[in-house]
Amino acid sequence: MKLHHEKIAATLILAGLILLSIVIGVADINTETIVLSRIPRTMAAVLAGASLAIAGLIIQILVRNKFVEPGTTGSTEAAMLGVLCVTIFAPGLSIILKMLCAVFSSLVGTIGFLSLAKNLPNDQPLLIPLVGLIYAGVIGAGVTFLAYQGDLLQYLGVWMSGEFSGILSGRYEILWLAGIAAIVAYLSADQLTVVGLGEAATINLGLNYSQVMMVGVATVAMVTGIVVVTIGILPFIGLVVPNVVSRLMGDNLKQALPRVAFLGGILVLSSDIIGRIIRFPYEIPAGTIFGVIGAAVFLYLLLKRPSNG
Amino acid sequence: MANARLFLLGAALILSSLFFLFWGLSGNTWFIFELRSKKLITLITVGGAVSVATILFQTISANRILTPAIMGFDALYILLQTLLVVVIGGANWALLPDSIVFLLTSAIMVGASLLLYQFLLQKDGRHLHVLILVGVIFGLLFRSLTSFIQRLIDPSEFAMIQSTMFASFGSVDENSLIISCIIFLLCTLLVFKYSTFLDVMALGKQMAVSLGVSYISFQRLTLVVISLLVCISTALVGPITFLGLLVSALTYKIAGSLEHKKLLIISFLLGALFLVIGQTIFERLLRLQSTLSIVIEFFGGMLFLYLVLRKRFK
Repeated sequence: MKLHHEKIAATLILAGLILLSIVIGVADINTETIVLSRIPRTMAAVLAGASLAIAGLIIQILVRNKFVEPGTTGSTEAAMLGVLCVTIFAPGLSIILKMLCAVFSSLVGTIGFLSLAKNLPNDQPLLIPLVGLIYAGVIGAGVTFLAYQGDLLQYLGVWMSGEFSGILSGRYEILWLAGIAAIVAYLSADQLTVVGLGEAATINLGLNYSQVMMVGVATVAMVTGIVVVTIGILPFIGLVVPNVVSRLMGDNLKQALPRVAFLGGILVLSSDIIGRIIRFPYEIPAGTIFGVIGAAVFLYLLLKRPSNG
Repeated sequence: MANARLFLLGAALILSSLFFLFWGLSGNTWFIFELRSKKLITLITVGGAVSVATILFQTISANRILTPAIMGFDALYILLQTLLVVVIGGANWALLPDSIVFLLTSAIMVGASLLLYQFLLQKDGRHLHVLILVGVIFGLLFRSLTSFIQRLIDPSEFAMIQSTMFASFGSVDENSLIISCIIFLLCTLLVFKYSTFLDVMALGKQMAVSLGVSYISFQRLTLVVISLLVCISTALVGPITFLGLLVSALTYKIAGSLEHKKLLIISFLLGALFLVIGQTIFERLLRLQSTLSIVIEFFGGMLFLYLVLRKRFK
């Protein structure tokens, strides 16, 4: 019964936000603005939020650490490196090919981090996100250097804060692919749970460890790459949302996944709406808004953590 | 042995400085000379300030991975400066002389960092990695807040802060430079004066207290010095995240002693040397302007990863 209420409440909140998001904005409301701009923008925010939150949850399971997300495992920075390389060396490519490059490079970056993380001692859980942050920083320095040499720093700045104001119909549809990747994650939730128990346990239970691992990593890379190409960086979503859900209702992955998706969508969409209202008629990127909120929540989670680590 | 290394480093710094000043000096000689000497002083002050601040911070936090920059000190400085522009208003801000602005921000910075970092450092029993992670996230929070506020203010006001956000050794205000030099000298003199206390503090809080050192008040004093040094370097050139780490790691290797007098001098020489040589290579040989900070970021990050992972690979 209680579960039922929760579902209804979440759906109502999301529906309300979607309605708000369709109504709020500078342009006059008519069918054209709604179809061309508002609906795509709203959908993009929901899809990006939901899929990023799920990507965060998956990478947390794969690394077996609650304090990582695509932005702290080098996935995001590597995706940016991919896009930047395409922009410099093959600017004429179609958006699908660009996205593929971003996804591939994000895949390489994530695998690189996983092999680093494997060498870290298990008894110091916070070392992993720390190493991840610096690893991402090193890739980021490479990105900045390339952008500087190619006179693309400003172009880079656009991505640094993910925002939805440029989203029009025809420019966001590949985000549905990220949504599909998230559904794949849901379907393989049981296998992912087993992988979260560790390599030995996985093999013991008769599952192909590296295969499931690969599916998980591919999902994360795909979501990250697509979101970076279409929207830019949305920091902390993949970190905060799974942690909040896990605090509220534990770690049953199959039950957690839909909630993580809902909460991710709700948070990103509300960040976008807040960004549109707070300095009307100008806009503040949703990524910036959530950067502030997310960092504060993460700090709270860290400092509130029972000091057993 | 250690003295010989000191001399070598000093000689290297003098030689590279002379090289920086006089190499390819032609045309409007006096103008270029003046420009270069200003730049040279900036490089030495900043390199020295960052390195000394790092050594001090590592002593009072009892570790060799943390640096003020990793803990978000310079992000805090930029945030405060942004807030100050908002509070004072862009027009008034532009009227204020650079030196007043600098002093004002520094004063607030000292207060704010005392509050924040003393709280963090005094949480006894907290694991080092929690501390680092909290510091890093604080840095991210400060940066997000800064960019959030910057979105709210006028473009013209934004332009005033923008220059502090990226490290660049190009243009430095003369008055700020003089003030920075004076503060830097005073800070280093002070630190030198109580360097023996630092030696004792490096033994750990319990040991230091039982040896009769008032640990908390010296920690507070050191934090004030660190904040001032960070103010200098950030105000002059902007944030350089990993320089301190690079220099301090090398310092411990070279010094061959844990005496703070030596550590501080060597770190100062190394930091200055790093920037002078780096800038010479980048500006004169490679003709790449202001990318030095990015390269420091890259190699510093690599070093950090190595330092963390080394124990495991041994």
